[in-house]
Amino acid sequence: MISLAGRDILHSWGKFVFTGVGLGLLIGATLTMAGVYRGMVDDAQVLLANSGADIWVVQQDTLGPYAEPSSLRDDAYRAVLGMPGVARAANVTYLNMQVQQGDRDVRVMVVGFEPGQPGEPGYLVAGRRITRGHYEAVADVRTGFRLGDRIRIRRHDYTMVGLTRRMVSSGGDPMVFIPLRDAQEAQFLKDNDAIVNERARTAANPSLNRPGVPGLLEAIQASQTSSRSVNAVLVQVQPGQDAEAVAAPIRRWKHLEAYTRAQMEEILVAKLIATSAKQISMFLVILAVVSAAIVAFIIYTMTLGKIREIAVLKLIGTRSRTIAGMILQQALGLGFIGFVVGKISSALWAPFFPKYVLLLPADAVRSFIAVMIICAIASTLAIRAALRVDPATAIGG
Amino acid sequence: MDGFGIRIEGLRKRYGEGDTVVDALKEVNMTVAPGEVVGLIGPSGSGKTTLLKCLGAVIEPTAGRMTLGDEVIYDDGWKISDLKALRRDRIGFVFQAPYLIPFLDVTDNIALLPMLAGRPNGAARQRALELLEALDVGHRARAEPSQLSGGEQQRVAIARALANQPPVILADEPTAPLDSERALAVIRILNRMARQYDTAVIVVTHDEKIIPTFKRIYHIRDGTTREEAGEGREV
Ligand SMILES: Nc1ncnc2c1ncn2[C@@H]1O[C@H](COP(=O)(O)OP(=O)(O)O)[C@@H](O)[C@H]1O
Ligand SMILES: [Mg+2]
Repeated sequence: MISLAGRDILHSWGKFVFTGVGLGLLIGATLTMAGVYRGMVDDAQVLLANSGADIWVVQQDTLGPYAEPSSLRDDAYRAVLGMPGVARAANVTYLNMQVQQGDRDVRVMVVGFEPGQPGEPGYLVAGRRITRGHYEAVADVRTGFRLGDRIRIRRHDYTMVGLTRRMVSSGGDPMVFIPLRDAQEAQFLKDNDAIVNERARTAANPSLNRPGVPGLLEAIQASQTSSRSVNAVLVQVQPGQDAEAVAAPIRRWKHLEAYTRAQMEEILVAKLIATSAKQISMFLVILAVVSAAIVAFIIYTMTLGKIREIAVLKLIGTRSRTIAGMILQQALGLGFIGFVVGKISSALWAPFFPKYVLLLPADAVRSFIAVMIICAIASTLAIRAALRVDPATAIGG
Repeated sequence: MDGFGIRIEGLRKRYGEGDTVVDALKEVNMTVAPGEVVGLIGPSGSGKTTLLKCLGAVIEPTAGRMTLGDEVIYDDGWKISDLKALRRDRIGFVFQAPYLIPFLDVTDNIALLPMLAGRPNGAARQRALELLEALDVGHRARAEPSQLSGGEQQRVAIARALANQPPVILADEPTAPLDSERALAVIRILNRMARQYDTAVIVVTHDEKIIPTFKRIYHIRDGTTREEAGEGREV
């Protein structure tokens, strides 16, 4: 027996290929949406992995530092260092901002870290680590900066000494690393007008500017201008220590929140990107429905165009099973062309997306199965129409 | 096969119920011997198509008896269960238009029938090529139906009707779209094939050009048949 479906596809291949390409672009969009979600999850995991921390210590009652703002005094790390099981602890700051790169604006996350401590970028693709305490920066290559470029962050210029990759915030913005002190200044230091203003206000406050207490006003003003905050303390536990066992006493005794890697992942994946994930799954549902409608419509109209041939096939004794199989195979063939086109197109356009698009082979397999199921369901309309054709109509009136 | 290819006795067909009843066939009696080509002639609405549909097992008669070869297929009810196999293996159809399957080439349009009957592809194609040669369209074996002329298409349709060597061929106005030369060629072929394969052929027609070629003619009027000798002119 020959494949009736295959012959029909070969005969009207133009129609099949054009419809398949259209369907394929839709499937490509679907695969890309799934890839965007995977990319977000992967970004979150890379963010956690690259920070080199086992525990994140943040402001009490917050989901910081990525999902919610968190602010700690910058001496909190000393208390953390003293806790049992803690090997290393270091301050970090995170600041989302726009920076100028050439003549364009890029959105970056500026990370303040202490060289040699947790939070330092792990591997560099070019250049060197930050060695001077001030005004040097390392950036993710996606920022567009090159070695030796100058980058202005708030009031200071920094020199790009190293480039790293896959260092992005949970929002997908590439990171720029600068020394902690500079970062604290950029984030927490007030500008000159604000300082002058605040000094005047402090001086005008009789309870702070007491005639009989020399030096009090100066001391208060000094404490107001220095920046004493960070966003989180990154902790590495001693080898063989359980992170949760180390985190629990920090929560209990230090009036701080401490999250282990697993908890942090839960916060980032389940909470921070949950809305985006729902958004994407809505898209996936709509795209699936649209694909099904397209396949159903095309297969149905192609079947209606063959009613006469189907009547003849039935008259000459073709079994209903064979006719249903022919239509089903055509729908699956269309789905197959669509899937191949979708797979190729998504792989081609994924690198041009501003955020990381991670196309997992397992997702491709899943969507292939889904496409085939959708096509099979979509063909039932056409199959029912074909099975209703009366062979007597082939003989005519 | 014994004395007859097709025998129809007292066949009746009633469409509809109550007020809308139409007695399309009232009293049909016919016999066609193997190797014989008979004409079935009658005005529009006289029941010709209805008779072909009954014989072709796509509609069920109301009463009567039909015999193919030595087997009674209908006797106030179908006597065989697999009507699809009956149509596939024992009845060849030729229509007014060829109705070839556009996405199969000429060979496979014919070979499809033996394939549907379970014959291997090679044997089915061999059979198709033999028939195409016999009908002088062997050189078009690999062409698509749309590339053939009307006469060639009709010959391919006849080859398809013969593909499973059915004892019966039913032809519904097979020459209507053809000019007289080609119409006569189709009749010549049907006669030759009928003799060669011992097939009983019924040709429904209005076509004045071909009516004189039949040796026997059945006239049908208001669902009732009447037999008559034809001119039997050689073609
Ligand atoms: N499906 C049907 N339902 C009801 N009446 C029908 C149907 N088919 C044919 N008829 C009627 O049966 C009669 C015979 O029709 P038909 O066999 O088509 O005649 P012919 O082919 O000789 O023109 C006509 O009166 C026609 O209206
Ligand atoms: Mg008719």
